[in-house]
Amino acid sequence: MTTTTTTPSRWKRFRNSYLVYSFKRDWIAQCCLAIFLCLLLGAICAPWLAPMNPYDLTQISILDSELPPMWIDGADPLFPLGTDAQGRDLLSTILYGARVSLIIGFGAVILQAVIGVTVGLLAGYLGGRIDAFLMRLADIQLSFSTLMVAIIVGAVIKAIFGGATYSAYAVWLLVLIIGLAEWPQYARTVRASVLAERSKEYVDAARVMGYRDRRIMFRHILPNTLSPIFVISTVQIANAIISEAALSFLGLGMPETQPSLGSLIKSGFDYLQSGSWWITLIPGTVLVVLVLVVNLLGDWLRDVMNPRLYKG
Amino acid sequence: MALLEVSNLDVRFALRQGEVRALRDVSFTLDRGERLGIVGESGAGKSVAAFTLLNLIAKPGYIAGGSIRFEGSDLARMSSRELRRVRGNRISMIFQDPMMTLNPVLSIGEQMVESLKAHRRISTQEARAIALHKLKQVYIPSPETRLDQYPHELSGGMRQRIIIAIALLLDPDIIVADEPTTALDVTIQAEIMTLLRELCEKHNVGLVLITHDLGVVSQMTQRTLVMYAGRVIEQGPTREIINDAQHPYTQGLLNALPQMTTPGSRLNQIPGSMPSLSNTPSGCAFHPRCQYRYDATGQPRRDCLDQVPEFVTSGNCQVACHMVRDMLAKEAS
Amino acid sequence: MIAFLIKRLMHALVVMFVISVISFAIQSNLGDPIQQMVGQSVPESERAELREELGLNDPFLVQYARFAANAVQGDFGYSYFFNEPTTDVILRHLPATLELVIATTLIIVLLSVPIGVYCAIRPRSALSRLFMSVSIVGISIPVFLTAIMLIQIFAIGVDFSPFPADTGWGQWLNGALSTEGGMPSYGRGNDLTHLFGTWDSNFFSLEGLTYLVLPSLSLASIMLPLFIRLIRAEMLEVLQSEYVKFATAKGISRKRIYFVHALKNTMLPVITVGGVQLGTMVAYTILTETVFQWPGMGLMFLEAIQRSDIPLIVTYLMIVGLIFVITNTLVDLIYGLVNPTVKLTGKPA
Repeated sequence: MTTTTTTPSRWKRFRNSYLVYSFKRDWIAQCCLAIFLCLLLGAICAPWLAPMNPYDLTQISILDSELPPMWIDGADPLFPLGTDAQGRDLLSTILYGARVSLIIGFGAVILQAVIGVTVGLLAGYLGGRIDAFLMRLADIQLSFSTLMVAIIVGAVIKAIFGGATYSAYAVWLLVLIIGLAEWPQYARTVRASVLAERSKEYVDAARVMGYRDRRIMFRHILPNTLSPIFVISTVQIANAIISEAALSFLGLGMPETQPSLGSLIKSGFDYLQSGSWWITLIPGTVLVVLVLVVNLLGDWLRDVMNPRLYKG
Repeated sequence: MALLEVSNLDVRFALRQGEVRALRDVSFTLDRGERLGIVGESGAGKSVAAFTLLNLIAKPGYIAGGSIRFEGSDLARMSSRELRRVRGNRISMIFQDPMMTLNPVLSIGEQMVESLKAHRRISTQEARAIALHKLKQVYIPSPETRLDQYPHELSGGMRQRIIIAIALLLDPDIIVADEPTTALDVTIQAEIMTLLRELCEKHNVGLVLITHDLGVVSQMTQRTLVMYAGRVIEQGPTREIINDAQHPYTQGLLNALPQMTTPGSRLNQIPGSMPSLSNTPSGCAFHPRCQYRYDATGQPRRDCLDQVPEFVTSGNCQVACHMVRDMLAKEAS
Repeated sequence: MIAFLIKRLMHALVVMFVISVISFAIQSNLGDPIQQMVGQSVPESERAELREELGLNDPFLVQYARFAANAVQGDFGYSYFFNEPTTDVILRHLPATLELVIATTLIIVLLSVPIGVYCAIRPRSALSRLFMSVSIVGISIPVFLTAIMLIQIFAIGVDFSPFPADTGWGQWLNGALSTEGGMPSYGRGNDLTHLFGTWDSNFFSLEGLTYLVLPSLSLASIMLPLFIRLIRAEMLEVLQSEYVKFATAKGISRKRIYFVHALKNTMLPVITVGGVQLGTMVAYTILTETVFQWPGMGLMFLEAIQRSDIPLIVTYLMIVGLIFVITNTLVDLIYGLVNPTVKLTGKPA
């Protein structure tokens, strides 16, 4: 290849970047990435890894319900993490549940990012009334808090379609709900960096050269707002997973037949008083670990990409 | 004994990339009522020198060696309580940007009164009276109303006057002024400088003026210290330095002044730029930019490259330059 | 100041208008009052008559105007389930939620300011690092899970005895790892003090207070870390500022620099964020109240959703919207009072 002879290849440049350099020196970030990748892999490969398919009613027996994990007396070695109230293997259900949670988390963040980045670019670049209107909208929505908006939108959608239809399309509806609820975060961040970029000279230069607004926005300004977008995306994934869990816990999310981590926790909560803590607390731990490593990675990214901030 | 005696001061910053030496072997003295200018391009270590005088160097910076003797006691080794008694009271400071120096949420009065109360046991009323008196001294119009105003209600020039008034509040022995006019409009700069000089003369206050402008130094000070890459390279009476600078760098700075240029022709810049403190050249730090770095045969001078020049005395000035040393030796022989 | 107030009020009115339009849209599209009033058996002709009589065939704007006029007078219609005015239902549930929010706010304010300031003043100390690590774990635990864990530990109790019970140290370690349980975790208890109207309070008896402990702790668990991190970050930035350096150069004591110069500037952004977070807290009350069966508005709202009690849902939206708008306006006012740069210009500089 000609590029490798003249300038270092993209991969080489990436390997020599400050990002990789500081990653190599930060064992917390390394651990977090490793755990995250394990969870991600486990979730993706759930159909092959899981001992049984929790969606398949023929494999489930109610006689196996509420069996404890293997380190407690009375456990069945077939179910290493025990079973839930319906007799499903908890390990398999958690793997499938993590898959649902991650699909919704990533899907919702992609939707938020598309809406938010577009709105932020438009508001920041065009300014004036459009800016004022869009940002006021974002303000109102944020002051209502994203979780509240998600609950309301979820409730309304559920009322329109009815419970059965809602359950059938729950994954996509949750992506939609969380995406609609959280876009203002992106819009604000992008708008702020667009405003900072717009006043710089290279944008004036591009305008003087007669480029169209759309080209200036997407080819010139957007690349310069990527690092804040990147940083908030990690935090937003964590938020989306938590939001999904919260909605499911309130009964506005995934149905119990096709549980996410949140609905697993909810279904187990009813059996907490009877002593079956594992149905709630084991998926809960997985959820917390998942969110925690994503948050820590986000923290690390922010420290690396924004040296103005201190490291605690 | 001099009022302030700085000797062999060494200041370093422990950064991620390694240690950076901001001040190396800096020594000078200041007598009571004397006005001293510290000159150099940005990055020469002037501001670090100013902050070090009050031991205000914050982490990751630290004083690695040397002493700052004020009336005999060493500021570099004082406890924070002893330091607090000196700061603002005996030695006060004027910062570069008046827009950033005053706390935006405290009124001018509060910020003046707290200064007085930190050092003297007086009532708020007495403190306000003193503050008012000082505001009058710096020619603030309608000073009574200013006390209850907030910084954002005042212009930059006005704020710098107030900062000067705060610096004078406790009748200090020394004022350290770190480029007090660079952030201001050109028209106001001269006013502020004249005010500062007038007040220092009237109250017999010593002044350490940090600036990059030799023109300002010539009007304001009696003695001058020229810094380059963290070192003092020339010091002496201001008049001698302005009229007969010995060090090539000082000569370059003087030639670069607009007054030294015939109208219509280019300004005489020194070629190149100040090295970064993490990467100072060997020997005389100025040698890569110096026009005298070659000997008579056109070969680079080894001593400029390898040895840090010692001070030699020329007239009333001290100069750190191999070329000047050789010239003086030749004259003497 | 007057101009500032008017501007804020206009803003509040716009927000309330938007919320009311959304609420009305939900009400007119989802709620069929005829169905609720007369049931299935009534013939279609009679229904049409009733529809005309109730004005349900009027243009959208006319119907909205009627809705808004009624809403201003506090009339949002009848709850399907409770069969009484929705405002009465809400008023009955409001005090429980308010008490939960007040208790939580107290916990947050009393803990976050000292901890945040400490972490900023001593960023490298072991204690600060501990606070920061715990806070990021705290952020990552969903509020309902914190609630569940609190219930398991303090209400149900944990019997965790991995060490041999026949030795002294084993017994001690087992005891340290296990908990008795017994904290109340269901509802508000019976020992309430009647204040006025529908307001019964948990604050005036020891038993009432114990019922508040777990719900308010779990509600605080999500906000507290956020505030600690925010206060620390802002304070660190302020401590780097020129005016703090200048204050040091003036010889002001560290204590005064931290608590007068720095804290005041730190609190400005914290107040703004705090206002927004208060809204978030109301949303989280839905989760906490569900876990603890706390008889407040959040639990009522969730039950209304499950029962498709549209008028109650809409009323809840409007009331919560009103609470948000009032608190945001108040927060802006406080901000204006604390920040001297707001007074003249009418907006933060």
